[in-house]
Parts: sequence; C-alpha cells; structure tokens
Amino acid sequence: MRPAPSILVLEDVSKRFGGLNVIEGLSFAVSRGSRTALIGPNGAGKTTVFNLVSGVHSVDSGRILFEGKDISSVPSRRRIRHGIARNFQNVRLMPHLTALENVMVGQHSRCGGPFGVLQPVNLLPNNRWYVEARAALADAGLAAYEGATVGSLPYGVQKRIEIVRAIMAQPRLLLLDEPAAGLNSAETEALQRLLDRICAGATVTLLIVEHDMHFVGALCDRVVVLDFGRKIAEGTPIEIRNHLVVQQIYLGAPATA
Amino acid sequence: MSGYVTGVLVLLALNVVFAYGAFLPLAAGQLNLGLAGFAAIGAYAAAYASNTWAMTPALAIPLGGFVAGLLALSVAVPVLRTRGIYLALATFALGQIVQAAILNIEIVGGAAGYPVAAFIGLPTIATFAALIVVFVVLLFSTRFGIVVTAVHDDEIVADLMGLHVRAIQIAAFTLGSAIAGVAGGLYAHYFSFIEAQYFNVTLSITIVLYVLLGGTQTAVGPPLGAAVFTLLPELFRGSENWRYVAFAAALIVLMASRPQGLVTGAQVRRLLMIKHGNGGFGT
Repeated sequence: MRPAPSILVLEDVSKRFGGLNVIEGLSFAVSRGSRTALIGPNGAGKTTVFNLVSGVHSVDSGRILFEGKDISSVPSRRRIRHGIARNFQNVRLMPHLTALENVMVGQHSRCGGPFGVLQPVNLLPNNRWYVEARAALADAGLAAYEGATVGSLPYGVQKRIEIVRAIMAQPRLLLLDEPAAGLNSAETEALQRLLDRICAGATVTLLIVEHDMHFVGALCDRVVVLDFGRKIAEGTPIEIRNHLVVQQIYLGAPATA
Repeated sequence: MSGYVTGVLVLLALNVVFAYGAFLPLAAGQLNLGLAGFAAIGAYAAAYASNTWAMTPALAIPLGGFVAGLLALSVAVPVLRTRGIYLALATFALGQIVQAAILNIEIVGGAAGYPVAAFIGLPTIATFAALIVVFVVLLFSTRFGIVVTAVHDDEIVADLMGLHVRAIQIAAFTLGSAIAGVAGGLYAHYFSFIEAQYFNVTLSITIVLYVLLGGTQTAVGPPLGAAVFTLLPELFRGSENWRYVAFAAALIVLMASRPQGLVTGAQVRRLLMIKHGNGGFGT
C-alpha cells in the first residue's frame, strides 16, 4: 500500500527565543487522516511547534508545508482559512461570550468576506450559523451549556467547547495541545468520544500534544517524540513504548528491555 | 411639557448618543479619551454647514458625524497602534489638539465661540437618539457584536480564529467617533452656541463613565448609564450644592456594588432566553 501523502511537513525548522534554541533543525511529516501524537519531556518544544504551525510565531529558518504549500510566511489570521485550527494548552475561550457565541467565533473564517460580519446571527434565531453552532454543541453533548457565559463552566466542559470552536472552522488539520490535561476520568472519556466523532469521517487529521500515554495509545496511530527541539523517534504507539532512547529520556536510566 | 422636563429629556437624549460614542471602542477594548474632540468636530462641521450653506439640521448633523468619522478613520491606524494607558493618552492628546485647533480657526469664531442660527427641539433630538439606539442594538445583534467582544477578550486567539483584529478595532473606533460627532451636532443645534472650551477632557471622561457605569458588555448598558448620570443629579436637586456630594456618593456605591456595570451580557441573554422559552442553562 502506498503511504498516504503528508498533510503537514516540517522541513529543517528552527526557532530560537533569545539565546535559547527551542526548535533545532526539526523535520517530520504528518500523513493525511492520521492521528499523530507529539510527545516529549517538558520544554521539548511541543507547544512551540504548534505556535509555529498556527502562526503565533514565525520560523527562523526552514519551511512548513501544508498540503504541499509553503505556509511559513502566511499571516496567522489566514492560516485557519487554509484549514488549520487549534485549541490552547490553557483554555482560551472568550470569557464574556456564551458557549454558543464562542462556537460562532469559530465559524468566522467561513462567514465570507468583510460583510459576512454583518449577518444578523443573534437577531434571527433560525439562521443557518446559529442552527449549525447549536447542533455542534448538541453533538458534543454540550447543549445544556449553550447559553452560559463560559467563565462559570467546569474546566472539562470549557476544554470541549474550545475543541468544538476549532472544528467549526471545518479544518483539515486540527492541532490539540494537551486536550486531556487536568480532566478527570469521566471528562477524559467524554473528550475521547468527541474526538472519535470528529475523526469518524477521516476528513480531519489530528496532531496532538499529550502527556497521558493511555490516552495517546487509545487515540493515536502515530507518535513523534521530541527532545530539546529535535525529533528523536517516530513510530506507532507500541513501537515508541518499547523504544530504548524514549525510555531513557522519560525514565532517566538505561532500560533493560 | 414644562421647560424643565424638556430640558432634562434633551440632556438625556444627548447623553445616550454620547454614551454610544464611547461604548463602541470600549466594547472592542479601547478607551477613547478624545471623544470630546470628535464631538467638537461634529458640532462645528454641522454648525458650519447649516450656517454657511443653509443646510437643514437633519442633513447637517449626520454630515458632522461623517466628518468626525472621517477624521477618526484617518488617525485610527497610528493611534490604535498604542495600547492600554498609551492609547488613552494618545486619544486624550488628540482631543486636546482638536480643541486647540478650533480656538485658532477664525471662520468658526475661534475663542469667541460660534453661534448657530438653526434650532432643533426635543422631537428631532429624540428621533436622532432613537435611531442611534436602534442602529447600535441592531449592529450588536449581528456577528459584529460577537467579534467585537472576541477582540476585547483575547486578541491573539481572535486573530488565530481568522478575525481581522485591527480592522475590527478601527471600525469600532471610527463608528464611535462618528456617533460622538452626531452628538456634537445635536448639541450645537439645540443650544445655538458652541465654544471649544465645552469640548474638554472632562466631557470625554464623563461620557466614558456613563458606559462604565451602565456596562460595556451589551448595547443596553450605555443608555442606562447615561440615564443614571442625567437623572440622579436631578433627584438630588432639592439639596442645593450638596447634591453633587450625594451624587458622587451614590456613584461610588453603585460602582462598588456592580463593578461590571449595571447590566451584563449574561443578564440580557437570560432575559431573552426566558422570552424564547429556552431556560436551557447548565450548572
């Protein structure tokens, strides 16, 4: 079988902050339709990779290719229109908006031109944007929260609302930064069901930063391991679990396999 | 209607319009302390049009708003580059420049002030105020209302969601300044006389206070704040000069008990939800 073409390719990417080389000559590829995990110890540069791909930071050198196009110099605002959406490690919903309105912010990249902003979404309760956002929340089991201002909601609910907001942009690549961190087991299960539903159509490729290896093992089919801004291993979750170097990094001692 | 009641209602209508001028940029997270300057531009442009070209006030006043908006748009890019306290200072300076410039323009009277020949009464002012209220409430029921709050809450995430943060800020700043210009035009044609000294920073700050008191999260807040600021001093009128003390004390109590403003977005939505028969609130 021919390997699926890559949706995202990092080519020799470097990024430094002051004197610190956070990412050094990093190259890896994410194949279309995969659920790839990006793992590594704290400070390995995982979140920086997300910030480079989503455009929060620009690369110092190297290229980022999305669906074959070099997006390294595309402004952050436009990248969501190319098909890249993300969540944030510490939930960053808009605290003064309701759950529903937050989700509607996610639709913005599709609402069409500078005058799309004048659609009376809150005036006519049956317009398609309003209906679509409500349905997306209901699909995620969050219908009960749609009218609530998000600041007052439980953390696990906020995390799921943030993922719903990201998928409203109908991305082809979804970047999830520690989606399971800080969740209890019931919330983690709810999250897993949501992600399974998102991936069901195989139209969305997932790239996930996550420390919970059970979660990674259950959800992901590919793992890329970073350490000090370089890729040190890549493989299936089982291969990575048995990988000598990875064990050394995580356990700090040579393993007797 | 007695002259006193008419006078209070005119003041109320003017203050509601002024309040929306401050509300629009505040909703997008910007403090505009140069509002009086834009009101002055609107007042002088409208007065000049009706005096010199015999333009009817119903046209001259929107024209004044348009001129104020045009000036706001032309300075928005450099001014909105600054943030927080620096933005407040930059807009404050802008207001001072406008005031100083008018003092030196002889064709509109300079320091002597500028009489306005045409007169408008309460019905016209109330109509303008009602139109502005309807316009802003409608505007905030579109996607614009959502994206403005999104920009206010988190510029970086708003940008990553595809929002043109800068354009939204410029739009809010320009529209707010145009509305302040309309308020200035209304003021000029009611009082029949304008002078640069009236459009000072105290006016700007008072208008911002209306909005902070009423609430910055919903389009319902500004008129409420303007109403409190206009009517409360009248209630205390019996107590002569002590009324200012009583008014200030009442304001402090109001602000301490409701720091987020008298009305919040959540309260308004709760009311609307009940009306739609949707009590679907979570925990």
